[in-house]
Amino acid sequence: MRFNTWRTKLKLTAAGLMTALLLSGCSNMMVFDPKGPIAAEQKDLILITILLCLIIMIPVFALTAFIIFRYRDKPTNKAAYKPNWAQNHLLEAVWWGIPIVIIAILAVITVRGSYELEPSKAIESDKEPLVVQVTALDWKWLFQYPEQNIATVNHLYIPVDRPIRFELTADAPMNSFWIPQLGGQIYTMSGMAMKLHLLAEEPGTYFGSGANFSGKHFADMTFTVNAVSEEEFEAWVQQIDASSPELTIEGYEALAQPGTSETLTFSSFPENLFERTVTKYAAGGHGAHGGHQAHSSSAAEPHSHH
Amino acid sequence: METIDTNVSNFFVTGDPMILGSQVAIAITVLAIGFVLTYFKKWGWLWKEWITTVDHKRIGIMYILCSLLMLFRGGVDALLMRTQLAFPGMEFLNAEHYNEIFTTHGVIMIFFMAMPLMFGLFNIIVPLQIGARDVAFPFLNSLSFWLFFWGAMLFNVSFVIGGSPNAGWLAYPPLSGLQFNPGVGQDFYIWGIQISGIGSLMTGINFIVTILKMRAPGMKLMKMPMFSWSVLSSCLTIIFAFPILTITLFLLFLDRQYGTHFFTLDGGGNPMMYINLIWMWGHPEVYIVVLPAFGIISDVVATFSKKKLFGYTSMVFALMSISIASFFTWAHHFFTMGSGADVNAFFAVTTMIIAIPTGVKIFNWLFTMFRGRIRFTLPMLWVCGFIFCFVAGGMTGVMLSVAPADFQFHNSYFLIAHFHQTLIGGVVFGYFAGFYYWWPKMFGFKLNERLGKWAFWLWNIGFYVCFMPQYVLGLDGMTRRIHTYDFDMGWWELNFVSTIGAFLMGLAFLFQVWQIAYSIKHQEKDTTGDIWDGRTLEWSIPSPAPAYNFAVIPTVSETDDWWETKQKRAEGKLAAQPEPVYEPIHMPKNSGIPFVKSFFWFLLGFGMVWDWTFMWVPGLIGVIGCMIARSFSYDTDYYIPVEEIRRTEAAMKGVTA
Repeated sequence: MRFNTWRTKLKLTAAGLMTALLLSGCSNMMVFDPKGPIAAEQKDLILITILLCLIIMIPVFALTAFIIFRYRDKPTNKAAYKPNWAQNHLLEAVWWGIPIVIIAILAVITVRGSYELEPSKAIESDKEPLVVQVTALDWKWLFQYPEQNIATVNHLYIPVDRPIRFELTADAPMNSFWIPQLGGQIYTMSGMAMKLHLLAEEPGTYFGSGANFSGKHFADMTFTVNAVSEEEFEAWVQQIDASSPELTIEGYEALAQPGTSETLTFSSFPENLFERTVTKYAAGGHGAHGGHQAHSSSAAEPHSHH
Repeated sequence: METIDTNVSNFFVTGDPMILGSQVAIAITVLAIGFVLTYFKKWGWLWKEWITTVDHKRIGIMYILCSLLMLFRGGVDALLMRTQLAFPGMEFLNAEHYNEIFTTHGVIMIFFMAMPLMFGLFNIIVPLQIGARDVAFPFLNSLSFWLFFWGAMLFNVSFVIGGSPNAGWLAYPPLSGLQFNPGVGQDFYIWGIQISGIGSLMTGINFIVTILKMRAPGMKLMKMPMFSWSVLSSCLTIIFAFPILTITLFLLFLDRQYGTHFFTLDGGGNPMMYINLIWMWGHPEVYIVVLPAFGIISDVVATFSKKKLFGYTSMVFALMSISIASFFTWAHHFFTMGSGADVNAFFAVTTMIIAIPTGVKIFNWLFTMFRGRIRFTLPMLWVCGFIFCFVAGGMTGVMLSVAPADFQFHNSYFLIAHFHQTLIGGVVFGYFAGFYYWWPKMFGFKLNERLGKWAFWLWNIGFYVCFMPQYVLGLDGMTRRIHTYDFDMGWWELNFVSTIGAFLMGLAFLFQVWQIAYSIKHQEKDTTGDIWDGRTLEWSIPSPAPAYNFAVIPTVSETDDWWETKQKRAEGKLAAQPEPVYEPIHMPKNSGIPFVKSFFWFLLGFGMVWDWTFMWVPGLIGVIGCMIARSFSYDTDYYIPVEEIRRTEAAMKGVTA
């Protein structure tokens, strides 16, 4: 008996603690505090899933607790004991059925969600999307704005209420581009141009990071996203145009060297830099042996240790 | 002189006080063990009784011993990481050191802790459960163990020699390729896993054959204990999955050693191919380790509810369907690779489907307890811990399978919390249930209940304190594998709580070590061989089992045959047992070849890692030489004479009486 009360107390304490933790966290968890339609839909999807899971989990836990309590091996226990009762097709049909139904519902939701929230799908809007080209480097982010012909490192400015079309690649090991409050992540991979459509509905400063481990200074690959009004965005572009240095080819190659970086701004970037970065790794691409001396030469050599 | 210095500092990891401390500790431990063995003249004993043994029970014990040592090392890695993350901006570990530690933590826990603990239980229990005298290929079994052992040694030695791998437990290229990772750490990774992986594959084959061919007469497949069924499903998964791992790592090795371009950035290499391949093995792998846990739970629940397992046929069907379905879900590990909605939707649905048979198993366990009589011994406590933890972990798994939502979970601490919940709550808790359940069968005495309950509660409380905050952290944007974070992220309180939980689990492990040491000293001997009032054949023979397991091979007529026999005996329905008729027992002879051959594999691997032809060529020759030597050894078996069986049985009966 002592054992059981102890157990119950522990469970209650643990449950209380967890609820408190979760409640304290929920109020400001990034994923549950969306600032754009993609993140909002993903949040709804997560909440629906949690609900479906709880529909199964709570009864199962209650049933487990009940059975464990009711059928303890005690001389005074009056509950039925049927040591050979091990088959009941109706009952088994029920618990093959329940998960099948729940999973079927979830599968429908998921398949629809997969198409609706496909990252390469454009967001419907009366405004033309703003294109931002993202390159993951060791260990910093380069953002190019081809329309504005400016570039930044480790920080983004975007206008609110205008869809952003991110085109993403890497000139380094794979990473993943993630702004939790605007929407889910997508890998940045060399030799490929990925697409991710996001939109910010509220002005504000949002946290972004590289989510996929990429080596030594991976933890430094965070960036800020400033969502501002269209006018402020234009003013910001003007200011960079007027006061920032240009990004040259040499400048880019220096930037691409392994190392961390401050936030930087550039008033221009080499023509087709993004396309060249993408194609340089494409199969059989000649660029592989041109642009990036430091990397390609070491890779060609056989393995040796001294 | 200077070049010697440089060479030495390239070879040994130098300059880190923590690693220097470990180097000294390792040297002292090795010397101490050597001294004790010499002083007590135990070298011969070690060689004859253990190193050369082909007895599945002893091999199993060695597996479990190694896995507990590896649990210790992997656990220390975990505590170092949690210490580093307890506060923002900590400088306890630097980035490079942290990267190495999370890599070795993952590799060790999966390859060198979970796998050997699983193989240990396979070895000790399966032959006893199906009424066999050994596994199908005892020599191969010993070879599997020693390959695992030397593979694990090769991996672990990188800690003090050459430097640890640092590209994550699955070593995604290009990060693990030569271009971004020129050191030897990744080579240790490849060779350590390759060598032990061959052992895993052979164990898979061995147990499939054992289960299919060596069951006692009358034990139809559908009368086999559920643990043996789970071993069969796990081993079938092994033989299809492990070759993929071997080939994938071999291609990575070619890239690193011979400049091929399978997974490099340039020259037409495709790192995404590696990610696909490694998860084609990696996802089945998690089912390989969790299926036997399902088997253990089934056996333990039935025994301690004093009731037949509910829905036997469903359970078998569920095991097998999980094992097949596990091969069709791999892409859910990278929904964010941009494969498009078609691919993502397909893999999301296949992943969810696995929840159905898994859910059915939970219900069947609950209804095994229903109308039973539940005894809360240590194994049963672990089953209860398992059910709560694993159900919740499975639910978060279903959440992750929703592809468009996974874009927000992927690579975050939400994912970390989920897979630790299924791997600790499912695999570790399940195996602990088996460990406590079968310990008396292995050693003939019970583990202390009181200390075991302390360990149980500390593990469980520690688990939730450690990992529940991580779900929240993940939803708050904290990504995995970062070695530090800023104060203004607002993550530190939950990280601090999580660290406390990790240390509680560390404390729980110490309680288990204490429990084992205490129980060895104050042995509560089990003289019955059937301490839990068991249901299956392993409980029908004395504990520990004699070398030949069964003096007379039993004939089986029912599921839970031993339980039925006991029932019939109690009801007096069983005719008086005639005096058993013994026949000489055919047994395999011990052999030193597996140990020696695996050691040559180690030399081969170590030489390959350093590109030392003078070492890997002799290693390779040694391996081939051992194969030839074995092919021409004909003196590989012997018979235990009837007289000796009679004496052994009488001696054990004497204890029993």
